[in-house]
Amino acid sequence: MAIMNFVPTALKNLFLKPVTTSYPLEPAEYPERSRGHIRISIDDCIGCGMCTRACPSGALSVNKNAGTWEINRFDCVVCGYCVEKCPKKCLFMEKGYRTPDTQKATETFTKSPEVLAAEEAKRKEAAEKAAAAKAAMAAKKAAEETKK
Amino acid sequence: MKKRSIVPYGPQHPVLPEPVHLDLVIEDEKIIEAVPSIGFVHRGLESLTAKRDFNQMVYVTERVCGICSFGHGFGYCEAVEDIMDIEVPERAKYLRTIWFELSRMHSHFLWLGLLADGFGFENLFYQCWRIREKILDVLSLTTGGRVIFSVNKIGGVMRDITPEMAVAISEMLTSVRKELKDIVPIFMEDASVKRRLVGVGVLSKEQAHELGCAGPFARASGIEIDMRKLGYAAYKDLDFDIITSNTGDSYGRCYVRINEIFQSIDIIRQALGKLPDTELAAVVKGNPKGESFIRIEQPRGEAIYYVRANGSPHLDRMRVRTPTFANLAGLCETLKGADYADVGLLILTIDPCISCTER
Ligand code: SF4
Ligand code: SF4
Repeated sequence: MAIMNFVPTALKNLFLKPVTTSYPLEPAEYPERSRGHIRISIDDCIGCGMCTRACPSGALSVNKNAGTWEINRFDCVVCGYCVEKCPKKCLFMEKGYRTPDTQKATETFTKSPEVLAAEEAKRKEAAEKAAAAKAAMAAKKAAEETKK
Repeated sequence: MKKRSIVPYGPQHPVLPEPVHLDLVIEDEKIIEAVPSIGFVHRGLESLTAKRDFNQMVYVTERVCGICSFGHGFGYCEAVEDIMDIEVPERAKYLRTIWFELSRMHSHFLWLGLLADGFGFENLFYQCWRIREKILDVLSLTTGGRVIFSVNKIGGVMRDITPEMAVAISEMLTSVRKELKDIVPIFMEDASVKRRLVGVGVLSKEQAHELGCAGPFARASGIEIDMRKLGYAAYKDLDFDIITSNTGDSYGRCYVRINEIFQSIDIIRQALGKLPDTELAAVVKGNPKGESFIRIEQPRGEAIYYVRANGSPHLDRMRVRTPTFANLAGLCETLKGADYADVGLLILTIDPCISCTER
């Protein structure tokens, strides 16, 4: 039976440099794949809602018309399923954990006014086109009716 | 006449990492009987099957436990893959094996540290956790998470281990092996440590068998049982022996777990050497229909996953039987006749994971 056989290890420890990082004085380093938080490149989002349906913790919500995307950072468990599901690949897993907060608030991202305006114009154009097509159809029908 | 009294132990107790409550019937300083009660951290994860689809459940099952997290996600995926008849690509099987063994290693180091803490050897406790940190670093390098990896999905894995990462893993294994070798004599030979472990909480082979114990706890009593021998994932191609001890006491449990760390190092090396070059995941179509029953070896012992699916995205039932649940009966047996001062240590020797048990 050995007695005090921890002493060499303990003595060795006295002369080693600390194994911990003195965060926050030294910056924390995260590996490339680290799952820290979700970032969205909002202008590429098409508002399809795939991410909201995929999210296991229900942390996301999107509003297509208003061009907003909301995340509740406290609900998000940083699993990365939304990133995998997004068809436009506009969600990213970034390294670096979120800082603590005093309130459970959601974070809202809104598309930039130019993109919103462009989308609005597109929608208007599409609506006009549809209306025109509808009118043309009606006119055709009416013409056929009078022919009879 | 000797006087009996009941001492409530837990759920809040400095030695317990997680909440479990024991009513200890004691006579002087000896335990006559221990009555456990659990249910303090029940989160209703199994019933979430009604609200989450079977793909989302992978992330839910991973969060059953903070230490054997990988195993839970893995067991659940195996069960669903079994129902859907999915052939998982070979590389995915090997990667799963590597991550599984890495998580076994960090879990056993955690346990060694807690054990040292349990018998009052703070410095040794920190040594173990310092070594464990290297494994966690490699895990976050390869998966992105320290203990919750989120790399499993139905049909395979989501991330690959690149050649550089394989080098990082094998360097880590070399240094961990060396450092573990330094502290093994302290656990196995030091006089003061031995006095706390040898002959404490003896459970005979027959008792362990009758009470249905699992994992290292059962192996320390001489039962040769290891679900990895069933050959799931890549274990069928890898060479390893079941580690047992015949002492049946706390010393034996420590011996088994220390040697399992060395064994895991060896298994990971074999797997890294054989890593096949295939796809990472199979294509999954449709919803599962049927039922399946999977047994895997978690760091704490045999875990069972039962899944029943009805052809819709939502499963009918998902059930997990965790090793700690199986070992609670054995624990109460070992507590009988023990000294009051050894209770904390004995609870630690089954490596309790109460959060898994209650889900
Ligand atoms: S990372 Fe997971 S929990 Fe967080 S928003 Fe995405 S899907 Fe939801
Ligand atoms: S899945 Fe992608 S594109 Fe669709 S709403 Fe979410 S972020 Fe936008």
